[in-house]
Amino acid sequence: MHAGYVWKSEWTKIRSVRSTGTTLALAAVFTIGLGFLISALSKNEFAKMDAHELRFADPTFISFVGTSLGQLAMIVFGVMVVGGEYSTGMIRTSLAAVPRRGLFLFSKIAVATLLAFVVALVTSFVTFFVGQAALGPYKASLGDPGVLRAVIGAALYMTLIAVFAMGVTTVLRSPMLSLGILMPLFFLLTPILGNVPATRKVAQYLPDQAGGKVMQVVAPEGDIAPYGPWGGFGIMVLWVLAALCCGWLVLKKRDA
Amino acid sequence: MSASSVAGMIEVSGLTKRYGEKVAVHGLSFHVSPGIVTGFLGPNGAGKSTTMRMMLDLDHPTTGRVRIDGKRYAELREPLKYVGALLDAKALHGGRSAYHHLLCLAQSNGIPASRVGEVLDVVGLTAVANKRSKNFSLGMGQRLGIAAALLGDPEILMFDEPVNGLDPEGIHWIRNLMKSLAAQGRTVFVSSHLMSEMALTADHLVVIGQGRLLADTSMAEFIRTNSRSYVRLRSPQQEQLLDVLHRAGITAVTAGHGALEVDGVGAEELGELAARHQIVLHELSPQQASLEEAFMQLTAESVEYHAHAQPTEWRT
Ligand SMILES: Nc1ncnc2c1ncn2[C@@H]1O[C@H](COP(=O)(O)OP(=O)(O)OP(=O)(O)O)[C@@H](O)[C@H]1O
Ligand SMILES: [Mg+2]
Repeated sequence: MHAGYVWKSEWTKIRSVRSTGTTLALAAVFTIGLGFLISALSKNEFAKMDAHELRFADPTFISFVGTSLGQLAMIVFGVMVVGGEYSTGMIRTSLAAVPRRGLFLFSKIAVATLLAFVVALVTSFVTFFVGQAALGPYKASLGDPGVLRAVIGAALYMTLIAVFAMGVTTVLRSPMLSLGILMPLFFLLTPILGNVPATRKVAQYLPDQAGGKVMQVVAPEGDIAPYGPWGGFGIMVLWVLAALCCGWLVLKKRDA
Repeated sequence: MSASSVAGMIEVSGLTKRYGEKVAVHGLSFHVSPGIVTGFLGPNGAGKSTTMRMMLDLDHPTTGRVRIDGKRYAELREPLKYVGALLDAKALHGGRSAYHHLLCLAQSNGIPASRVGEVLDVVGLTAVANKRSKNFSLGMGQRLGIAAALLGDPEILMFDEPVNGLDPEGIHWIRNLMKSLAAQGRTVFVSSHLMSEMALTADHLVVIGQGRLLADTSMAEFIRTNSRSYVRLRSPQQEQLLDVLHRAGITAVTAGHGALEVDGVGAEELGELAARHQIVLHELSPQQASLEEAFMQLTAESVEYHAHAQPTEWRT
């Protein structure tokens, strides 16, 4: 059984359901739109800043504010890709066709990850240029130190959020349950925990809090993170790998 | 050795499946041979679907094993070219069109895309190929599942209650399909809880109840031993009649409603015997036990979900 066959099959699956287009389009629209809006509004804020404040201003990161909303659509994408198999019962037909469960799972996740990355990369560059255009005179440019890394990093961050959702859904085997946990977690819980000083020390190791660091060019004032942009991203990668491993074990062990 | 050297042979040995406390399948052993239709019969909850899921390595057996030509299902390269199965017609993503559903299955096993159009044609779904399957009727879903089973032109076909939801024309069609697949030398394994349905299609029968094997026999043999004819007698002088029959060396069994049943003796002979002893008969009728009755009798003790309105009055 060729991996190539299974990849092709998973590509057909992913492109033949509506949720793929809808969720990825929403991810792009939220990220670009909100980034543009906040960038345009920040232009006036920048004008009022003194020298000290300007030192910590991060025009690149500001244009990526929309990822906080866009990532939710990415989560839905990840949940639907895997969860669609479980909620519909398709999983049994799929595993009868590809009984090697590891091959099945990782082909599915690889195809979905590649697609998410392509969309996220395009979104990321568009978001950056649109956001910087809105910032006018305060804009960062792609050639500035750390900026290209942040732009590509934002695409990687968005991709990994989707992959994390895929792993979690493989463990929970239900799209509703997965959404019910992941959405409030990433929309409310981790941002709150990451902003409250008392919990920040621990919360900074949560996947989105750590991974988001890769989008920053300038560390914010009072930053306590013991890791740099790639260090934070590495922590996120570990979370994702852990989720995928659990998913793989559950798929291997349990009855379909 | 002989069993596994023939292509298309399924061997189930000592198969047991436990879901927590519940033993769904209990030490099941049988084999399914090519060239014939094997009916897999059992009342609701007998463990048919569970057994079939284990055959496809979807559920892991608690103990025991299934071998397809000596291999585990998961060891088959491109399994759809070897085993085609319809387990649950609803096991598909309703948001995908019939065409794409079959296409992704074909691609995963290296089956040419042209085959998708062919099987859609065979099951008569060409006109709705591009419609999303969530809007399909039960019968259309069943046909799509059958199309998926046929996709890889497999040696072995497994159908779990394929007539579910099909109209009379569809039922007729699937019966003929199964027979012609077997006639081509393929292995056809089909489950049902209707004996009458199996009598029309199956050459061999595997009967289970509460997860245990109850019978593993050829259809002809099953009919021969089970479609017994007998004579039913009713008399107001039942005691005397029994006495007379006993002295004549004839065994009679009491059935419900004051009737007696006699095997292996003609109605004429019994009538004359009664007349000679001046016994009044209210009934003297030759009877034929139906296969359905034989099946119900076989599984009576193992039926899990009784309809309580139905009094049980099977002969013992
Ligand atoms: N995943 C499961 N978890 C727990 N119990 C199960 C599971 N699957 C099946 N069972 C139980 O195992 C028994 C056998 O079920 P199965 O579906 O195999 O029967 P069946 O012969 O296919 O019945 P039917 O004719 O109604 O389709 C039933 O009592 C059922 O409740
Ligand atoms: Mg069943």
